[in-house]
Amino acid sequence: MPREGILIDNPYERMTGEQIERVHRASMEILVDPGLTCFNQKAADIFAAAGADVTSVESDDHPTWLIKIPEKLVLDALESVPKTVKLGARNPANALVMHGEEPRVYFISGSETNIWLDVDFQTYTRKSDPGIEIQVPEFIPRRGTVADLCKSAHVCEHLETLDGYIRTVNIQDKDITEDNKDVNKFFASLNNTTKHVMAGLTSLNQLDNVVNMAKLIAGGEEQLKENPIISFITCLVKSPLQFVNDTTETFIEICKRGLPIVVSSSPQAGSTAPIKEAGIIAQINAEVLAGITLGQLVNRGTPVIYGSVPVRARMDTLADSYGAVETSQYNIDCVQMARFYKIPNYSTSGVCDSKTPGQQTSIERLFSDILVTLSGPQFLHCAYGLLDCNSVFSLLQAVLDDAHFQMIKFFLRKPRIDEVEITDTLKQIRAVVQTPQKLYIKYIRKVMRTGELSPSYPFEGDGETDNVFALAYEKMNELLTKPVEHIDQATTSRIFNEIPGLLPRLNRKSERIPRSLLRGTSMYMKKGNIND
Amino acid sequence: MTEDIIAALKENVIQGRMTQDDEGIDESLTGPGVLELTQAALDNNIPADEIITNGITAGMEIVGERFNAKEYFIPDMLASAEAVSAAMDILKPHLEASNIETKGTFAIVTVRGDIHDIGKNIVAILLKGSGYEVTDLGIDVPTEKIVEYVRENNPDYLGLSALLTTTMLAMGDIIEALKAAGLRNKVKVLVGGAAVSGEYAREIGADAYCVDGFDAVRVLNTFQETKS
Repeated sequence: MPREGILIDNPYERMTGEQIERVHRASMEILVDPGLTCFNQKAADIFAAAGADVTSVESDDHPTWLIKIPEKLVLDALESVPKTVKLGARNPANALVMHGEEPRVYFISGSETNIWLDVDFQTYTRKSDPGIEIQVPEFIPRRGTVADLCKSAHVCEHLETLDGYIRTVNIQDKDITEDNKDVNKFFASLNNTTKHVMAGLTSLNQLDNVVNMAKLIAGGEEQLKENPIISFITCLVKSPLQFVNDTTETFIEICKRGLPIVVSSSPQAGSTAPIKEAGIIAQINAEVLAGITLGQLVNRGTPVIYGSVPVRARMDTLADSYGAVETSQYNIDCVQMARFYKIPNYSTSGVCDSKTPGQQTSIERLFSDILVTLSGPQFLHCAYGLLDCNSVFSLLQAVLDDAHFQMIKFFLRKPRIDEVEITDTLKQIRAVVQTPQKLYIKYIRKVMRTGELSPSYPFEGDGETDNVFALAYEKMNELLTKPVEHIDQATTSRIFNEIPGLLPRLNRKSERIPRSLLRGTSMYMKKGNIND
Repeated sequence: MTEDIIAALKENVIQGRMTQDDEGIDESLTGPGVLELTQAALDNNIPADEIITNGITAGMEIVGERFNAKEYFIPDMLASAEAVSAAMDILKPHLEASNIETKGTFAIVTVRGDIHDIGKNIVAILLKGSGYEVTDLGIDVPTEKIVEYVRENNPDYLGLSALLTTTMLAMGDIIEALKAAGLRNKVKVLVGGAAVSGEYAREIGADAYCVDGFDAVRVLNTFQETKS
């Protein structure tokens, strides 16, 4: 049995059927006029062979083509693209089965940030009354490491609401290179969670090493096909309307291997897409459909996910504003478009503009988490722990986010109003009104212990004291001490013998958590100095 | 036989099962509840003080411990207190016949102009469950009626409840009326309710402010200890 997710009975929809149709028509027009600029020869050749209008464009630096994709090609692709995509998991009970027409939501972490945010608690004494002390969290940004990735996967394994794992942090250790990053990030993730693992690929020449590693863990090629424990995400189309050379190449190769892949586009309304809703949605839809079409031309029937990460620009910096209300509107529109095509959707919520955990973070995150969840995307990249517009990851925030999602999941339980409930309740009412106190309190007791009542906020302090961060920190450390089911030693040995590039320190011989995983390093870095 | 009944009574107090129809926390526990067991104890000539000490009080002590350990919540505490309260009604004539004294007499009332009684009722249940003899005078009770009751029944404690900022003003009037009737020193006045505060209690000359029902039990127990 796969994970249950949350089935949204009546998904929230912004667009009417007529508006969806209009967006679809506009996207079809965009794919023909102006079409897409393509910097990848293979893609140009594939489209040309399939009957698209492909012309070479003169360019001083890159070989460039203009591709006009006729509607028929897109409709053929939409015909062959699987309407159900399974994302497997080391523990089969953690598999995710996504039907394009069914608004069943899975909550996923991610995505790769350069900065890892440590937290430390400093004690401050009141000047006017030294007897009064308070503890204030201090957040310390630093470069993400392999140890952090292990730690994050470990905690995410134990976060109850988290259904799948997109790696949270970019590994930037000194011994990590372009050529060994992929195997190490996939192994570090897979070895510390039994949930599904999705990631982008840094280097195409590592693709087969990663796939072979997955085969060893899954038990063979067929087993991996049946239970795809890994999947990929690619941004092959850069907005506006450009097939990027390297990611398109990667996309084509992944499609050939038949593993699930997200066709993702992330236009920014105001800079790389029109600021108006109709414009950005028509464009992103065209971009994703172009990618899906290419995938089906490469390998008909290959499982793809409609990946939409539209975002509005901040007016002060022109950076992405995930906290903007419009960002949630765009994401919900895309959920509707994907459902219109019956393709499972990867959507985004929870990413916030704020830089550290706090009130703004909670407001921005909860706002988009609730709304986008209600629209029913199948694969909701709700970004546990992500801060500062996708550039900072805080494990403490991920633990706080889990509490948010517990509330959302509870809220989305189906109402229990049936004959039995009504009969019981009438009996209760008639009994209580005859008592002198007229209180229903004793009837709470059974309900209280069957999980029918929503629990209190888990990080509530005593009285007026705000202990949210301290309590969440305690919880985080508690989760780190809980054991994780690692890849068995025999398979691990085979992986280390057969897959090149793995860091020896990841070959754990025992269940003991290395001290390095339980503490941060002392290397502080300013954001913006790090290049992936 | 005696030990079995008392042990079952204690367990049913812990489980908060007033009657045989009630569900406790442990669903496997069925059979007679606190009311039936109290009656069975009396029918078997078990002395009332033994019923209270080894059955009811022993059970309530465990309920208190579990509440303090956060294993029990307010609904659990109230269910047990309500069951004990009902048992005390059965035991009352036997206590009087045996010259066994209750912890103290407590009259509770929602003041004039106010009809809110949830808090008042909870306080009454908890105090009764803790061994006080409680008389509930009801809601929207005129000041004169309260003074009259105190004059005629001489309760040890008088609890005044009000939810609203407008109706809590009647509390001050009641204290003044008790003074005018020469009764103020004969009864300790406790006030409580959403609008009331410790500061307000001091302002009107009340003897104590109780945050909630549990606080009321604590305050009364303190007064009792001081008295003894």
